[in-house]
Amino acid sequence: MDSLLLRPVPGGLYCEAGDFYVDPTRAVARAVITHGHSDHARAGHGAVLATRETLAIMAERYGEGFAGTTQALSYGEGVTIGGVSVRLAPAGHVLGSAQAVVEHKGMRIVVSGDYKRRRDPTCAPFEPVPCDIFITEATFGLPVFRHPEDAGEIAKLLHSVRLFPERAHLIVAYSLGKAQRIIALLREAGYAEPIFLHGAMAKLCALYEKLGVPLGALRPVMGAPKGELAGKIILAPPSALGDVWSRRLPDPVACFASGWMRVRARARQRGVELPLILSDHADWDELTGTLRDVGAGEVWVTHGQEDALVHQARKDGFRAKALALVGYGDEGEP
Amino acid sequence: MKAFAALIDALVYQPQRNLKLRLLSDYLACAPDPDRGYALAALTGDLDFPHAKPALIRGLVAERCDPVLFDLSYDYVGDLAETVALIWPKKHGANTALSLGEVVEVLRETGKAGLPAALERMLDALEPAERFALLKLITGAMRVGVSARLAKTAVAALGILDVNAIEEVWPGLSPPYETLFAWAAGTGPRPEGARALFRPVMLAHPLEEKDLAEFPPTDYLAEWKWDGIRVQAVSDGGTQRLYSRTGEDIGAAFPDVLSALPEDAVIDGELLILRDGEADSFNALQQRLNRKSVSAKMLAAAPAGIRAYDLLFRDGEDMREHPFERRRGALEGLIAARGSPRLDLSPLVPFATWQELAAHRASPPSPAIEGVMLKRRDSSYMPGRVTGLWWKWKRDPHLIDAVLMYAQRGHGKRSSFYSDYTFGVWQGEALVPVGKAYFGFTDAELKQIDKFVRDNTVETFGPVRVVAHQDGAGLVFEVAFEGLARSARHKSGVAMRFPRINRIRFDKPAREADTLEALQRLLP
Repeated sequence: MDSLLLRPVPGGLYCEAGDFYVDPTRAVARAVITHGHSDHARAGHGAVLATRETLAIMAERYGEGFAGTTQALSYGEGVTIGGVSVRLAPAGHVLGSAQAVVEHKGMRIVVSGDYKRRRDPTCAPFEPVPCDIFITEATFGLPVFRHPEDAGEIAKLLHSVRLFPERAHLIVAYSLGKAQRIIALLREAGYAEPIFLHGAMAKLCALYEKLGVPLGALRPVMGAPKGELAGKIILAPPSALGDVWSRRLPDPVACFASGWMRVRARARQRGVELPLILSDHADWDELTGTLRDVGAGEVWVTHGQEDALVHQARKDGFRAKALALVGYGDEGEP
Repeated sequence: MKAFAALIDALVYQPQRNLKLRLLSDYLACAPDPDRGYALAALTGDLDFPHAKPALIRGLVAERCDPVLFDLSYDYVGDLAETVALIWPKKHGANTALSLGEVVEVLRETGKAGLPAALERMLDALEPAERFALLKLITGAMRVGVSARLAKTAVAALGILDVNAIEEVWPGLSPPYETLFAWAAGTGPRPEGARALFRPVMLAHPLEEKDLAEFPPTDYLAEWKWDGIRVQAVSDGGTQRLYSRTGEDIGAAFPDVLSALPEDAVIDGELLILRDGEADSFNALQQRLNRKSVSAKMLAAAPAGIRAYDLLFRDGEDMREHPFERRRGALEGLIAARGSPRLDLSPLVPFATWQELAAHRASPPSPAIEGVMLKRRDSSYMPGRVTGLWWKWKRDPHLIDAVLMYAQRGHGKRSSFYSDYTFGVWQGEALVPVGKAYFGFTDAELKQIDKFVRDNTVETFGPVRVVAHQDGAGLVFEVAFEGLARSARHKSGVAMRFPRINRIRFDKPAREADTLEALQRLLP
């Protein structure tokens, strides 16, 4: 059943009682934005409600005038929009990412946005919020996706760096979130060398540092002599893989940091030499576990591998359906 | 099992041959016996488990996983071993370390009835990457881009052995190869005991016409280069074997050839379809290749035989040190004495001057000839491609002008370059793809083509770029190839042998490239 509180419409999830959208895929008058990835946070809305960090990320990506007005909300802080109460809870996806908790007349719906359950040194951990309807993503909604421990993946990378001191390690990863998390994980593993950045990474890394996430010594690739990059770690967006840009690196080891790297064919199609299974999305166990944690009677699945998650949720006793929202996942797919 | 799984994973993603070799040698040097021997056997295709088959895996996973979730997952992943390795549900407390040796022994020695439970226990005990390696052992092909030869080269790299020395003893060995590793490390003797062994073959260098001026014609003998497949026929104490050039035993599909071999001899020759002493084309031979067995009907329709080039052993005597002329004399006597229509002699081509030989090469007496071979009269039979002894002077390749249609990136060092090309010729107003080529150009030319592809992409389908080839646009390649066959699998109805880019015709308008009709005229 469609709830009057929130229902899927062509532009995204719409709350009629409060006349606002959550993560609309086109410009609207009022929007609650869960996080800064471009498929969820678009420019041109009239008014935007989000965390301070998400607003800063949107301003960095789209310029200061990305929305008519903005309102920052801390985690746990509530507001009322047209009689509907809205608060934000941490989603553990990227810095500033939030679940939108929408409540009206005793009915509580949680829009998770994108989320993960494991620890991430660059953002606040996911908080399960009990609710009546839980709206979840399903990017990795197949039981073949069980992400390994981060530490093991980072160790694999550092082992390869020691094995090939004459080569550069080019890690491609999304510019927002994944890149900074990899840097932070490398620092936790004791890697103190300067890390080199593709131009597209630099601004968001600087913003993370400004927002209180230390990343250590960072250098631009631009202008660094080829010889200096041997044995170093370089971060670039996925478009740089196999691009003309990569020819400036000494015999690069192509590494791709993504949950998709679980599937060998995916990694091979991209010409990846060292796949790193690091994801900012919940894996199968995290998705199914979260449904149990929030204890909602009803589950809606927004995007990803909906069929499998809906099937499992029904088996586990939830009412479940796929929303077939279009426009999400553009940034999740390699 | 962990180390073997890590090796398989690293090989999957490593496109460069020399780095694959490094990974293999590192593993073989560090892993204990019998693990490393079983790993080697897995890579050379010498492990066989009579009861462990893919159907067994499907049965087990059906018991442990929701069928809807499994089907959705298999559909997404596309590979049975990988899907099962990833989807296999964790059983708490079951995780234990198993060595590759233990796994192989269970697969080999457990009877059919006990195998499902034994395999299930192992899948519970192992991590996902190990499960993948285990399941790949069962499904057969490892598909990690390692040839048997490369795996043996890695064994050779453990000591001072030559890979050819390993090839010689290989057919007499069986997993886990402990005697081989001991020999390679210098701690054991050369393994012996097998019958009808393969000996590494001698190969020829391609000849450029300008090189001939430096060679005195009287130093060389010439013979036809036949267009079949190069084989080594071995007959040893009642055992007959037929090996491909790389040492693969292909005898099962050629009982007609095996029965024609003389006693106790090793013959180097060309495998051909031979009817009344006339050799048929390579296409005719193809239907007999890559078979495990052969029907009586096919034996009658496409009788195979060997056209002999050389003699390596005769009645236990190693002839390889003798000069070619002497070996050839002994070969002629042997073939004549055997008198079988399934075994004849590749005739010499008499010539006094290089011009005379060039004239023979230009008009060969059979369509199954693809050029001439030059062999120094005094050359001993040496494994590999030794410079200066044997030359192959192939007939000139066919050339056509074709238009670049699609491009894909290469691998390894070429991963940032569009280096794999599909090209087509005109059929009326449209181009029809006729082949693919990956080489024939210099690094500088590759950069030029790569730029052309990037500047002229009209559409992309996943990794494939569609390059502009209509309305006056397009890049013409002069494509060289060795032969053309009819093919039902290709839209154009033709398949090229060994196509490569001969020249890049930046100057030529695409509209002036060749037509499919012109290409079809080259069909035999």
